[in-house]
Amino acid sequence: MQVFASKLIENAVQEIAKLPGIGSKTALRLVLHLLKQNETTTLALTEALRRLRQDIQYCRHCHFIADAPECSICLARHRDRSLVCVVESPQDVMAVENTAQYQGLYHVLGGVISPMAGVSPSDLKIDTLVERVQKSECKEVIFALSPTMEGDTTTFYITKKLRDFPLKISTIARGVPIGSELEYADEITLGRSILTRTSYE
Amino acid sequence: MYLEQIELQNFKNYASLSLHFTPGIQALVGENGSGKTNLLDAIHYLSLTKSAFNPIDQQNIRHHEGYFTIKGVFKRENSPETVFCGYEKARKKIIRHNELTYEKVSQHIGRFPVVMIAPQDQDLILEGSEARRRFFDSVIAQIDAEYLQNLLHYQYYLQQRNALLKTYYEQRQWDEDLCQTYDAGMLHFGQKIYARRQHFLQDFQPFFQSQYQQLAGQKESPQLSYHSDFGQTDIAQAFIKAREADQRLQRTTVGIHRDDFIFQLESYPLKKFGSQGQQKSYLLALKLAQFAIVRQELALKPILLLDDIFDKLDDARMQALVEMVSQQTFGQIFLTDARPERSLSVLAALNTEKQMFFIQQGKLNKTQIF
Repeated sequence: MQVFASKLIENAVQEIAKLPGIGSKTALRLVLHLLKQNETTTLALTEALRRLRQDIQYCRHCHFIADAPECSICLARHRDRSLVCVVESPQDVMAVENTAQYQGLYHVLGGVISPMAGVSPSDLKIDTLVERVQKSECKEVIFALSPTMEGDTTTFYITKKLRDFPLKISTIARGVPIGSELEYADEITLGRSILTRTSYE
Repeated sequence: MYLEQIELQNFKNYASLSLHFTPGIQALVGENGSGKTNLLDAIHYLSLTKSAFNPIDQQNIRHHEGYFTIKGVFKRENSPETVFCGYEKARKKIIRHNELTYEKVSQHIGRFPVVMIAPQDQDLILEGSEARRRFFDSVIAQIDAEYLQNLLHYQYYLQQRNALLKTYYEQRQWDEDLCQTYDAGMLHFGQKIYARRQHFLQDFQPFFQSQYQQLAGQKESPQLSYHSDFGQTDIAQAFIKAREADQRLQRTTVGIHRDDFIFQLESYPLKKFGSQGQQKSYLLALKLAQFAIVRQELALKPILLLDDIFDKLDDARMQALVEMVSQQTFGQIFLTDARPERSLSVLAALNTEKQMFFIQQGKLNKTQIF
């Protein structure tokens, strides 16, 4: 254990080192950096963090991060309300948004099903999804979960829950990344993309 | 294909050892505890990336050391191929082929096949169905890469399903849809595994029968059959029917993980009614049939590892085995024996290249060509 000159520094370092990707060395560097700056810099940071924690909300429709009871995506007039894209986490919403290819709505599950890891369907926002597609004008549900066994299981499970509604259900395509070399693609992905090939137009 | 050279460091009782081999018969002789079997195990490791006897790598390191390495140089059609296996305490083991690290260890299985015949084989008869499944699974995996993937997928669904049953037991909330989700996965991969095991046994059967006849003569008829829940007409229904029992027992009671291979002699269970000799013949026939089917499927002769074989066999069976060796049925053979003079007399008549290694407390004492 590193010896710190001050208990105050030690506390701050310990708190910052809890963040993902930050060890105690980096934490110490950040703390000393903050001390070197004006006091206002640190106070602005703590104030921002405090407000983030206290004021952040989760959209009551899609559970994406929002500043109000409804998120900016659900509020946007121009978005296609007949499409709902199901994702695992808020980061995934941002990833799909960055493509600028999608104009529908989202639904953030908050994880994927895995009894081994202690995650059961009731821990996820599945009920609200079922309720939502029933009540809204949704015509298609697009599953954009990670192509892992947990992701596939979750897709399969939710599809079972949605089978009685007149919906189109789809999943994002799987295949070789654009701009990559075919010979370096892994066998399972390449094999799958041959099997689910698309006709050329 | 044969093993030309092996180098060991800190593997089991070997501090450091380097040996050169010929394509013929390699006899390893020495007292009990000298390390003969450990050397066979090192060759097994090079082929299957694990010990035949102890799955815990930490315990395969020489006492008071921190790592072991096994390096082998195989010759295939005159070009050398190196295989490196290394394990360091609390690290992931490393398997390299021609200096390249595998992304998945499973890619290595089947490249340098071995068949091992050891006293421990009798576990196949004496122990539960798991030992038999493991044996057949490892043979099929050597000749079919996809099979291993299917097994892993099946295992995943089984573990998730069992976890679900456990949570139900603790929390009393049943999610039928989720259970059916895992049922579907198990049915899908179970069906593939079932079909492969069945198909394999059909191919395996004639090899097994003919090996047994060669060893024991025409007078006895051995039976080998495969039993699976998937043999039922409606396996999906069987999963649903077992629901209550599964919930009570907190585990999945139907499926491919409960398959068994039934060993019989004249329609009676071998375990209960077979004599010692009949059991030995049965096991040897299984292993030699494994050799034959791998040779056919991969079009190369597996390396044969015979541990203490002379102690297990009577004169007639020994004669049958020696005859097969002399007919060039096998490729390279490694065998161990605590009594060098016995090996010398049995092997002397054979017109094959032979080498004898005298091993003493984890060291090579001398080599003799005869």
